[in-house]
Amino acid sequence: MKRALILIALLACAGVARAELTIEITQGAGQAVPVAVVPFGWESPGEAPLDVAAVIGADLARSGRFEPLERRDMLARPTRGVEIDFDDWRMVGTDLIVVGRLVREAEDDYTIEFQLFDILRSEQLVGYRMPASKRGLRLAAHRAADMIYEEITGIPGVFSTRIAYITAEGDEPDRRVYRLIVSDADGANQYTIVESAQPLMSPAWSPDGRRIAYVSFEGNRSAVWVQTLRTGNRQRLSREEGINGAPVWSPDGRRIALTLSGADGNPDIWVMAVATGQKRRLTTNPAIDTEAAWAPDGESIYFTSDRSGGPQIYRVDVEGGAASRVTFEGRYNARPRISPDGSKLAVVHDDRGNYRIAVYDLENDLFQVLSDGRLDESPDFAPNGATLIYATRQGDRGVLATVSVDGTVKQRLASSGGDVREPVWSPFRRDF
Amino acid sequence: MNTNRFLAVAVLALAVSACGGRSNTLPATETVDDVPPGTAAEAGRSGAGASAGRAGSAIPDDRLDQETRALLDDQVIYFEFDSSEVQPRFTDVLGAHARNLATNPRLEVRLEGHADERGSREYNIGLGERRAQAVRRILLIQGASAGQITTVSYGEERPAQRGSTESAYARNRRVEIVYQD
Repeated sequence: MKRALILIALLACAGVARAELTIEITQGAGQAVPVAVVPFGWESPGEAPLDVAAVIGADLARSGRFEPLERRDMLARPTRGVEIDFDDWRMVGTDLIVVGRLVREAEDDYTIEFQLFDILRSEQLVGYRMPASKRGLRLAAHRAADMIYEEITGIPGVFSTRIAYITAEGDEPDRRVYRLIVSDADGANQYTIVESAQPLMSPAWSPDGRRIAYVSFEGNRSAVWVQTLRTGNRQRLSREEGINGAPVWSPDGRRIALTLSGADGNPDIWVMAVATGQKRRLTTNPAIDTEAAWAPDGESIYFTSDRSGGPQIYRVDVEGGAASRVTFEGRYNARPRISPDGSKLAVVHDDRGNYRIAVYDLENDLFQVLSDGRLDESPDFAPNGATLIYATRQGDRGVLATVSVDGTVKQRLASSGGDVREPVWSPFRRDF
Repeated sequence: MNTNRFLAVAVLALAVSACGGRSNTLPATETVDDVPPGTAAEAGRSGAGASAGRAGSAIPDDRLDQETRALLDDQVIYFEFDSSEVQPRFTDVLGAHARNLATNPRLEVRLEGHADERGSREYNIGLGERRAQAVRRILLIQGASAGQITTVSYGEERPAQRGSTESAYARNRRVEIVYQD
């Protein structure tokens, strides 16, 4: 297996969140496609506000499925299709070439134009113009990378999506600072959603990507909150006695499944209407029932229960009824997440004393351990279903990592400070 | 900052003197069956914020005898791996707290359940709650009333000791009895 090691220092929004995420590809796909992403043309006065080609190239490299050509190895710097000398590029051994231009139309009004060519066939595969504000340029560049990725692999790209995660800084137990942070999928543009001296946990994106539900322990008790990203407004959904935890949204965004334990301390799965707070109990077993995951068709809920002794995954109809056991492999399977097409189940699995990310293929009854850490946890599917993000350890520190669902491409998102954990991948962005 | 550090040192000193010969600096060891420390290390870390005063607030009545006072100073109950069973060695400690609550109806405690870092976070919240409930039941059976006790589980979110050693795990699988102001 080829081992590509690429370090990309990402610009974090200065002063917004201190810990930077640095992406390191720890294992690449066997056959990465060579691609030349030529620096984009810029004809207006001053410096270009963004190196668009660098963003696209980094995205493609990060996927593990492409191998961008170094700029110093480029024979020419075409910015339009008509300027490409295909014979020259064939000699360099590049299969694909991306050319484009960044144009300033007005003060805060830009256009990104790009074209993707198949060099062997001298044929244009994609050509696109995208308007963007200065702030929206990076997002537009990610969108361009998404289109290129989809054209070549047949899978929608997720470079323009976001991730949310929890950080904890400070070694003194009573002086820790917990943050809920949202960033672009490449770790750039971090901003803090919530900051607290008490633990924050279990972030969950609403299906429209506009809100995040999470658990906060402010006031020395747990509560589930729902916060709107754009406005910062937050709504307290549940603050019962005992556990208020593990919120997940229904696919239609109208309900949240969560764990409540009540005064008698029996954790069960409940379903709550977000608008009214009206709730209904879904499980009643005296065991720990927690970590609900809503199936994409909206009709059933997977969850962790230790009713058989150790934690295993069960499934129950959203309307109620008996739960059926889903996992039987090993003594510990917890924290289920379902792939967007409903065919796979990602879990935390005890692999001979190591907690690792495993995926069950529900249709073919196959089971595969995908990670190789000692304390891996919190898997979540990318919205295209092709990649999982999860939390792992680097030395004594919590960091994020991703792995393709076939296990071939692995990367780590190393942080410069504190523990980083509980990553959740946003849905596809629709705010264009 | 200086004030906080001074406070922490002061609380630490208090805890050490209250616990006689017990050392509070216990270095992390790899010993699996290392018996977790009692109050000293726990009190030492609670220098600020919500848990300030944890070391000294449990004794409202200065007529208590020396032995009871020492038992009430013990405010951390430790658990075995994957277990919420209260071990017999904590019977006397919990008995003292139950009597303390029963004879002082205005006292309230918060039972904070914790787990070690292994496994998934929300499931560990469940384990911590189960431990807090186990302690709660014992206190209720021995005379405390339900209105005096609340529970919260922090799972693995607030470790007493960082690190991935067996001894850190043993210290982190616990229920802390926190007297409310």
